[in-house]
Amino acid sequence: MALEKITQVTGRGVTVAGDEIDTDRIIPARFMKCVTFDSMGEYLFYDVRKNEDGSDKKHPLNEERFQGASILLSGANFGCGSSREHAPQAIYRYGFRGIIAESYAEIFFGNCTTLGIPCFIATKEDIAKISAAVDADPSLEITLDVENEKIVFGDQSVTAVIRETAKKALVAGKWDMIGELKEAEAEIAAVAAKLPYMAK
Amino acid sequence: MGKSLFEKVWDAHTVRTLSNGQTQLLIGTHLLHEVTSPQAFGMLRDLDLKVAYPHRTFATVDHIVPTDSRVEPFADPLADAMINELRKNCAETGVTFFDMNTGKQGIVHVVGPEQGITQPGTTIACGDSHTSTHGAFGAIAFGIGTTQIRDLLATQTMALTQLKVRKVEVNGSLRPGVYAKDVILHIIRKLGVNGGTGFAYEYAGEVFENFSMEERMTVCNMSIEGGARVGYINPDEKTFEYLKGRPYSPKGEEWEAAVENWKSFASDPDCEYDDVVVIDAADIAPTVTWGINPAQAITIEESIPTVDSVKESEKAITAEALEYMKLEGGAPIKGTKVDVCFVGSCTNGRLSDFEEVAKYLKGHKVAPGVKAIAVPGSQIVDAICKEKGIDAIYREAGFEWREAGCSMCLAMNPDKLIGDQLSASSSNRNFKGRQGSPTGRTVLMSPVMVAAAAIRGEISDSREVFDIRETANA
Ligand code: SF4
Repeated sequence: MALEKITQVTGRGVTVAGDEIDTDRIIPARFMKCVTFDSMGEYLFYDVRKNEDGSDKKHPLNEERFQGASILLSGANFGCGSSREHAPQAIYRYGFRGIIAESYAEIFFGNCTTLGIPCFIATKEDIAKISAAVDADPSLEITLDVENEKIVFGDQSVTAVIRETAKKALVAGKWDMIGELKEAEAEIAAVAAKLPYMAK
Repeated sequence: MGKSLFEKVWDAHTVRTLSNGQTQLLIGTHLLHEVTSPQAFGMLRDLDLKVAYPHRTFATVDHIVPTDSRVEPFADPLADAMINELRKNCAETGVTFFDMNTGKQGIVHVVGPEQGITQPGTTIACGDSHTSTHGAFGAIAFGIGTTQIRDLLATQTMALTQLKVRKVEVNGSLRPGVYAKDVILHIIRKLGVNGGTGFAYEYAGEVFENFSMEERMTVCNMSIEGGARVGYINPDEKTFEYLKGRPYSPKGEEWEAAVENWKSFASDPDCEYDDVVVIDAADIAPTVTWGINPAQAITIEESIPTVDSVKESEKAITAEALEYMKLEGGAPIKGTKVDVCFVGSCTNGRLSDFEEVAKYLKGHKVAPGVKAIAVPGSQIVDAICKEKGIDAIYREAGFEWREAGCSMCLAMNPDKLIGDQLSASSSNRNFKGRQGSPTGRTVLMSPVMVAAAAIRGEISDSREVFDIRETANA
């Protein structure tokens, strides 16, 4: 099963500012009672985005000018907290295809890579620069260049880091294990055949 | 040099080395429940993939099912949707589903062994961290995440990094009134909640050899609470005896061959372990937790630690735990008032747990104001208890007898703590909010200790309440 080789991602940006944005904030626990991740996008940042009656709070994701953005900018230790896969799923299904932050929680980072979301690490200053540019012109195109580890926005660019293992996986189109696991169908069957309990 | 069971099972199930250096491991037995699996089936559909080995996946429903009324649709529409989704997924893919109308439904870690699906020398995975339970049979069993469930459904394999093996040996004999639950709480207290990270625990020594299969399951179940994703015990005659005649156990001629095969997986006497810990059974007493993780445990005779009495590195978590638990450092844990008492869960919701409590419960009454519930781990446990009149003993004592499920172990069904209620619980996690109220408090202990707490209305020494004495030869 061939996966897309993710060498670069292009889209408009939006900033959800702050450090230590945890998975509970990204997707509140009560939305974990669900049968698919399909609707997760609707609940992204729910408690900071919506009032109890369902009306909008002031939040960048609610602003008209940032609708359709696909690159998320944030602060340090993004995605900390529980290991729930619902959080990266919510981000992906809302429409984000890349993240720029100062740092990430380990499990969250792994989950994002498996979904094919490049998580770029940039300095506070560079993130502020990109944010300011997006704020001034929300239609600005941002390109996350995975292969060359840089972020291009308008006529500017900054270098940024993407972890080596993730970079390799994304560029090679092996960001989701399923592809590689499936390649071994014959070998799997051979191992299974040697195990009596695997018989029908 | 010999090999450990872990290494032998690992080798027998290795498919190949992946490009990132991990092992692609065949997982022979895949167990499913309703909470973490529906999204995985969704991912399969999105990728247009099929279930590769549907006859090796078995499902049941446990986390969200109500234990009071089984009338569908359930009051909670989300719970209702989740169970129907699992039904649909199993029907469409050919996965075996132990639904409520089969009489075989229950907590996934009770159902697997009960059906004879859990077997020695096998690999088992489930989207649930307490999958380590199945290691009691000499299987390598561990919990996985939703994407890995998808990987298993699609390929019956997953990417894994090999673990080291620590032998945890408990020698001698246990004192009267000391149970499997006390043994594992004692081990976790000694080795810490993260002590097992990167390790599989091999439990060895006379105590585990003498344990019944159900007691072994109680110990293996909580391996993960000590950070060990895998915990196991080498298979022996007791293991085979337990499995004989179960629905999914090998039959006829195949039985003898299977037993021979199973025996070959036991750790070799000359195998070298990455670490060995030796514990004396005589040092273990009835143990209860006082804090917000399972390592924050003391014996019933001890006092709750003070912030001053603990190591520098533990001061912050001790202070946090005391504040959350509304307990006073330096005070005895004995005598702490309880509001709710729960006998059940995949740790202590098996037949022998209910039988052992019933032995002592006769003639006693639950203290006024205490809510006491007994929740069988499976419909089969429930049926046998009813046949033996065990449920009646609980009811007469003032316990509610419920339908099979996870119930009070976690907050995904209607059984929940209210406000800052304190619960004496035979389950496995005492995390903040675990039992459903953000301020609810959980004290973990053995089922007999839960019964003692229910009768006295406060945390008590079951040996005093039930007159369990040290005999001359103990
Ligand atoms: S009884 Fe508790 S620990 Fe066991 S599977 Fe259910 S929720 Fe998880």
